[in-house]
Amino acid sequence: MQTYPFYSSGCLTVRFVGELDHAAAAGAMRAVTAAAEEFLPRRCVLDLSGLSFMDSSGVAVILRAKRMLSATGAELMVSSPPEQARRVLELAGLSELLIDTERKEVNSR
Amino acid sequence: MKAENYIKLEFPARAVNEGFARAAVAAFVSQLDPTLTELGDLKTAVSEAVTNAVVHAYPDSLGVIQLRARILPGGELELVIKDKGVGIGDVERARTPLYTTGGEERSGMGFTIMEGFTDKLRVRSAPGRGTTVTMRRRLTGRG
Ligand SMILES: Nc1ncnc2c1ncn2[C@@H]1O[C@H](COP(=O)(O)OP(=O)(O)OP(=O)(O)O)[C@@H](O)[C@H]1O
Ligand SMILES: [Mg+2]
Repeated sequence: MQTYPFYSSGCLTVRFVGELDHAAAAGAMRAVTAAAEEFLPRRCVLDLSGLSFMDSSGVAVILRAKRMLSATGAELMVSSPPEQARRVLELAGLSELLIDTERKEVNSR
Repeated sequence: MKAENYIKLEFPARAVNEGFARAAVAAFVSQLDPTLTELGDLKTAVSEAVTNAVVHAYPDSLGVIQLRARILPGGELELVIKDKGVGIGDVERARTPLYTTGGEERSGMGFTIMEGFTDKLRVRSAPGRGTTVTMRRRLTGRG
């Protein structure tokens, strides 16, 4: 799995690409931690649009990242999961972390 | 009940084999012409069971995981993931959402996800003897 951090005006976006499972979780967590320490964001978005797979190990990464960021008062959101990842997020009760990107697109039209 | 088709795999409990197990199951079920949602659900369920065997079953050794998939008459898929590891003392408690012995690297949602993404989940386990997870899911397919 690859991670692509991007920082702009207070918001850190980390894009995940590939499969976020147990084998990839530690690397993903290290990447988010390193980027958060470098940029000290007020807000962090995990962009899941490039994930071809995610399971409960990914859920744990999201929850750990949320806890880590809240220690510095930053909030964490999750965006654009493909269907498989979205179903896992819903079952794990993390839907409330989702940014409703679809509705935003509709509104901006 | 006679299985219409099946596969049997055995591999060491290494994290790198989690992706292999998902891909193997996905390739096997393709003959049932599953929808993308069904395929995603089955990959997720098998990933949870195999990851549990990798993470929890063998704390002090490199053990073996067995994976069986079979197609039952009527297009139902059965997945069996078996280890000979430490086992689970209280299966009912282990299946409770958020219950984990794995610390902050785990979310305690594995069994909940397996249950949600299949029609039937059975967990047989004995401390010191190992764990067998059996899941069944009826596929409607695209046809
Ligand atoms: N194959 C196994 N061998 C031994 N113990 C197991 C096995 N599978 C599950 N367990 C026990 O059951 C508990 C719950 O499993 P479950 O998959 O629901 O959550 P988890 O693995 O702890 O976290 P997550 O799956 O969300 O990463 C585990 O913490 C572990 O104690
Ligand atoms: Mg688990």
